[in-house]
Amino acid sequence: MVLTGRNGSGKSTLLRVVAGFLRPEKGSVTFTNSGGRTNRRPSEVSHYLGHRNAMKNELTIAENLEFWRSFLDDGSQAPTASIEDAAEAVGLGGITHLPFGYLSAGQQRRFAFAKLLVAHRPIWLLDEPTAALDTNADKLFAALIGEHQRKGGIVLAATHQPLGLSNVQELRMKSFAGGEAGVWGA
Amino acid sequence: MIALFFRDLKLSVRAGGGALIGILFFLTVVVVVPFGVGPDLNLLSRIGPAIVWIGALLAALLGLDRLFQAERDDGSLDLLLMQETPLVITVIVKCVAHWTATSLPLVIASPLLGLFMNMNEAAIGATMLTLLAGSPAITFIGAVGSAVAVALPRGGLLVSILVLPLTIPVLIFGVSASYAADQEPAPFLPPFLILIALTLFFAVIGPAAAALALRNTAD
Repeated sequence: MVLTGRNGSGKSTLLRVVAGFLRPEKGSVTFTNSGGRTNRRPSEVSHYLGHRNAMKNELTIAENLEFWRSFLDDGSQAPTASIEDAAEAVGLGGITHLPFGYLSAGQQRRFAFAKLLVAHRPIWLLDEPTAALDTNADKLFAALIGEHQRKGGIVLAATHQPLGLSNVQELRMKSFAGGEAGVWGA
Repeated sequence: MIALFFRDLKLSVRAGGGALIGILFFLTVVVVVPFGVGPDLNLLSRIGPAIVWIGALLAALLGLDRLFQAERDDGSLDLLLMQETPLVITVIVKCVAHWTATSLPLVIASPLLGLFMNMNEAAIGATMLTLLAGSPAITFIGAVGSAVAVALPRGGLLVSILVLPLTIPVLIFGVSASYAADQEPAPFLPPFLILIALTLFFAVIGPAAAALALRNTAD
């Protein structure tokens, strides 16, 4: 699902509510798996890619990814990409020995995306995933998101750019100016 | 969790990490005192344990404000908050890593600095032992301050001020146990046991309070 809307219309806020950082004023967020069980919090089964990349400049890319790989490992048997495969998948194989801080903003963003591939989470919450990226990377991300959907994953992305995805629903958030509430439903 | 421990250790020894800063600050504080006090060796050995303890306390507080702020700055904190593992455990692991990287070197350096203060062997040993037992408490207390001030852009001094009153008991019992080791009538064990009790107490209270503060930091 793609969230669109003007600046300040609440796209990021909605994502942060789903991720459990903010308490919703009304309503609740629940996660129901394919077996109908609701015993896990939505934040536990989600990847969150915010405006910041959650990678350390001082560590190498491989160390960063290796850390998130083992830290985010939830013991499930779901297959995950190796560090080098994830780097290849975002089009930057072979430079994982460099410190993260050496990279350009676009490359950093790509590796932040690679973080989603090294640990399995069925839900991806993406906040402006394609900021600072070239058109080539847009296509790459669209392909990766499509791949995730094919494996049965859910993607919730707030974005201004058309991601070039097929099979998406759009939730357009109206701004609150004029006391108008957001419109829900695609 | 082990991955988090080793990542924090690596970060603290790489560029921009606080491990070396703390120990240099400790060295500076203790080395300057004999110049200020003058060459009275008896006086130096009398105030030695206190000066070493104060230096270690201030040095330990120095890097604490970055404990969670660095994580927040690059967005890692969000991901740490989201996980299934209880946040308290994450906080404890971060505290232990921080203690290993910044406070343990202070403990190891303290005998050398004790020599500068003309302390005898018993006093040096006791100071090192009490620092080893007491410095984890400082880290756990500091974690609370660091978590409360995580969203403040210049929270460093605020953290020290918030935390300092709570560290006073640790300082008092640490220093009194160190003195007791070479001044005969005073017993060593009671203040030392209270020091250990303080460390255990704050090891429980500190991470829980820090986790609560982090959960309620909405930005």
